[in-house]
Amino acid sequence: MAYNEIIVAGFGGQGVMSIGTTMAEAAMSQGLNVSWLPSYGPEMRGGTANCCVVIADSEIISPIVLEPSELIAMNQPSLDKFEPAVKPGGLILVNKSIVERGIRRDDVRAVYVPSLEIASELGNMRVANMVMLGAYIEATKQLKFETVINMLRHIFTGKKAHLVELNEIALQRGAACSSGL
Amino acid sequence: MAKELWKGNEAIAEAAIRAGCRCYFGYPITPQSEIPEYMSLHMPEAGGVFLQSESEIAAINMVYGASGAGARVMTSSSSPGISLKQEGISYMCGAELPGVIVNVMRGGPGLGTIQPAQGDYYQATRGGGNGDYRLIVFAPANIQEVVDLMQEAFELADKYRMPVMMLLDGMIGQMMEPVEWKRPALSPEDLPAKPWATTGTKGERRPNIINSLFINPDACNDHNRHLEEKYQRVIENEQRYEINDADEAEVLFVAYGTPARLARAAARLLGEEGIKAGVFRPITVWPYPYEALHEAASKESVRAVVTVEMSTGQMVDDVRIGVNGIKPVSFVGQAGGVIPTPREVADAARKALGR
Repeated sequence: MAYNEIIVAGFGGQGVMSIGTTMAEAAMSQGLNVSWLPSYGPEMRGGTANCCVVIADSEIISPIVLEPSELIAMNQPSLDKFEPAVKPGGLILVNKSIVERGIRRDDVRAVYVPSLEIASELGNMRVANMVMLGAYIEATKQLKFETVINMLRHIFTGKKAHLVELNEIALQRGAACSSGL
Repeated sequence: MAKELWKGNEAIAEAAIRAGCRCYFGYPITPQSEIPEYMSLHMPEAGGVFLQSESEIAAINMVYGASGAGARVMTSSSSPGISLKQEGISYMCGAELPGVIVNVMRGGPGLGTIQPAQGDYYQATRGGGNGDYRLIVFAPANIQEVVDLMQEAFELADKYRMPVMMLLDGMIGQMMEPVEWKRPALSPEDLPAKPWATTGTKGERRPNIINSLFINPDACNDHNRHLEEKYQRVIENEQRYEINDADEAEVLFVAYGTPARLARAAARLLGEEGIKAGVFRPITVWPYPYEALHEAASKESVRAVVTVEMSTGQMVDDVRIGVNGIKPVSFVGQAGGVIPTPREVADAARKALGR
C-alpha cells in the first residue's frame, strides 16, 4: 500500500508550492488519490513557505502532514524545522546548494542534490525545483517521469515548447542524484 | 469525467457558476480571497456580475437586492466579514430571500488570525443576527463535497426561500484535492421560475412585495409561525451526516469539517493499539442530525463520545443535546488557528475511556 506523506519546504520563490502541485497533479493523473495543502500566512518572497502533499492508493484521511515519510528541504531553516518530524525510515532530500549541513539523524535516509549547480549548468536557474522533483521521483518510485513530462507538454506549448526538453533533462539530472540509494 | 485538481476556494466559486449563479458581491479577506479573485475573472466570462463592494455590509445588501429581483446570488467572506453581514442575513430570512453565503472560517474573536478555525459555529447555527431565524448550514470536509454541496446549496435556498451557509474552515479553502464535476452546468434559463420576485409587473399582475417589516404584532407572530413551519420542514428533510468505522466502536468521535479528518486519523492511531473508534460527521450542522447521532451513540459498544473542534467547544452543545445523557460526552480542541493533532485527539479518547 502506498501512502506517501510529503513536506516540501523552503524560501518563498524557490518553487516550493509548484513542486507540490506538480507532484499532486502527476499522482492524480496516475489514478492515485492526492491532497495538497499550503502553509499560508502573512508571508512574502524570501519568507518561508511549505506545503503538505499526500499521495495514496487508498483514501486520504488527513491532508495535514505532521510526520512526513519524505521531506524536501530546499533551505536550511526547513531542514532544521522538519528533520526531527520525519518518520523513522523516511527520506530527506536536501538542497545541497544552499544547505550547509548534512542530516543529523541516523534512522532516515538522505539524498543531497546540488540543484542550483545543476540548474546553472543547464543555463536556467528556474529548473532547480525540477531537479529536486527528479531526485524525489527516482528515490521513491511513486510517480513516473513519463507522467510529469506529459504534463510539461501541456503546460509548455507554442513558443515555450523548448522548455519541455530542458525540464526533462533537469528531472534526469536530479534523478541521477538519487541513483545511489 | 476526468478528475481535476482544484483549490477549495476556487472550486467553490466554479461550483457556484456551474449552479447557475450569475451574481457575486463580496470583499476580499484571507483565507477566502481566492473566491472573489476567481469570480472577478470567471463571472464576467459567464455573463454574470462580479462586484467588489465597499464593505461586507454593502455586499450582503446587494445580495438581498439581487435575490429580491430573482437572481441566483452569493457572497463570501471569512469570520470577521461574516460578522458584518449578520444584519443582512437576518433581513434575508425575514424577507424569505434565497442566497448562498460562504464563510471560510479563521481564528477569532475580533480580527483574530488568518489561520483556520471553527469559532463561528454558534453564529452560524444559532444566528448572529436578530430574531427567530435559521440558516441551512453545510459543513463539507473535502473539496469534492464542497462542490457537490455548493450546487445543492443554491437549490435548497430557492426551494425553501432562505439563505444557505457554506461553513468551511481555512484549511478546506486553501487545500487542493481532485474534483469530479458530476452535474451538468446550469445556466440561469435552466432554473425554476420565482413568481414571488420583484421583476416588474408589466401591468399583468399585482406588485410583489419583499419586506421583513411586520409592524402589527399579530402579523409578525403569524410570519414567525410561517417561518417556523418552514424550518420544521427543513429539519425533517435536510439532515445530512456520515458515519465511519463505527461498528463495535468503543469511542465515537463527533466532528465536522477538517477536524473530522483529524478524528479519522486519530481513530487509525487508536486502531493500531486495539481501540476501536468511529467518527460521526454532521454534514449539515443546522439542521443538526440529533437522532442519527443519538442512535450511533446508543450502540452498546460505545463507551465515550468525544467531540473534536477547532474552537474551545461549541458544537459539543449539540452533541450533548443529541446524546442526551446516555453516554459521557467530552471535548478536545484547539482554537485561534491551531490545529489539534491526531495524537492529542487519540489521547483525549484514551482519557475518556479511562486508559
